[in-house]
Amino acid sequence: MRARVFVTLKPSVFDPQGKTIQDALHTLGYAGVHDVRQGKYFELDLAAGSADAARALAAEVADKLLANPVIESYRIEVE
Amino acid sequence: MKFAIIVFPGSNRDEDARHVATHVLGQSAELVYHKDADLHGADAVILPGGFSYGDYLRTGAIARFSPVMGAVRAFAERGGPVVGICNGFQILIEAGLLPGALLRNRDLKFVCEFVHLRVEQTDTPFTRLAQPGQVLRMPVAHGEGNFFAEPDVLRSLEANRQVIFRYTDAAGRATDAANPNGSVHAIAGICNAARNVVGLMPHPEDACEAALGSTDGRVLFESIVATVAAGAAARPRPAVVTAATPRV
Repeated sequence: MRARVFVTLKPSVFDPQGKTIQDALHTLGYAGVHDVRQGKYFELDLAAGSADAARALAAEVADKLLANPVIESYRIEVE
Repeated sequence: MKFAIIVFPGSNRDEDARHVATHVLGQSAELVYHKDADLHGADAVILPGGFSYGDYLRTGAIARFSPVMGAVRAFAERGGPVVGICNGFQILIEAGLLPGALLRNRDLKFVCEFVHLRVEQTDTPFTRLAQPGQVLRMPVAHGEGNFFAEPDVLRSLEANRQVIFRYTDAAGRATDAANPNGSVHAIAGICNAARNVVGLMPHPEDACEAALGSTDGRVLFESIVATVAAGAAARPRPAVVTAATPRV
């Protein structure tokens, strides 16, 4: 099974990288880009017998290592 | 007394810390490799600066799983003095030994300059010989030192007097211009609730000799020596520290 994990800063945490990219886009004339948040993306190849098991395993490793729960949240997609 | 200075792959201020412990303070120090499971009978632990594991994933995120961190955690839980400097501070936070998080600097710049710190609390092993309100001058060198904590955590840090150092100007005023990285409440260093684990972003180990531009960092290391001496007088020498199972 494969899982994709998207890690992003929580809304309450300022993202200076996203803000810098947003400013650059505005400089390029993309005034319609109101906000940019930069995150991390992981592709996991998992030994799991079902989508539920894959999701549980991905969540476990996200909690333990991939995301820092103090500043980040994550979303998982399983295929 | 004996310092253990933990060496992770990518640590680069370990020799600076050893130089201060041995040549400046005249104490003994041992570099302890991250794969070691014990601290070789050390009286105090320094997690030095650097870029452990290349700062992959998040600063300090991989180093916290090193075997030696089980021994560091057990030592801290027994009340032993543990100090994390720069990357060492980032590791202590990722390991959950200190609260909060260290984010990318406010303006994304790697800051490498001298700053001023105000000593806020003196009842820690790292500040006991300093004066309350004393302003120390020492360098910073980091890209991720922007201290962050949720409002409730911040309130409890302030209420429990766990903010040990704040960025200020030379006169001790915490102005926005004196804050090199955007840290909330100008926080440069904190301690845990038990006050024996301290972390800070600036580099006191690089401010212990006049040739380096400042000797203000010395009082912090001398405080550790005084703490250990006071502890040794008060109680028999503790048994050799062995590694506990790392909490993951």
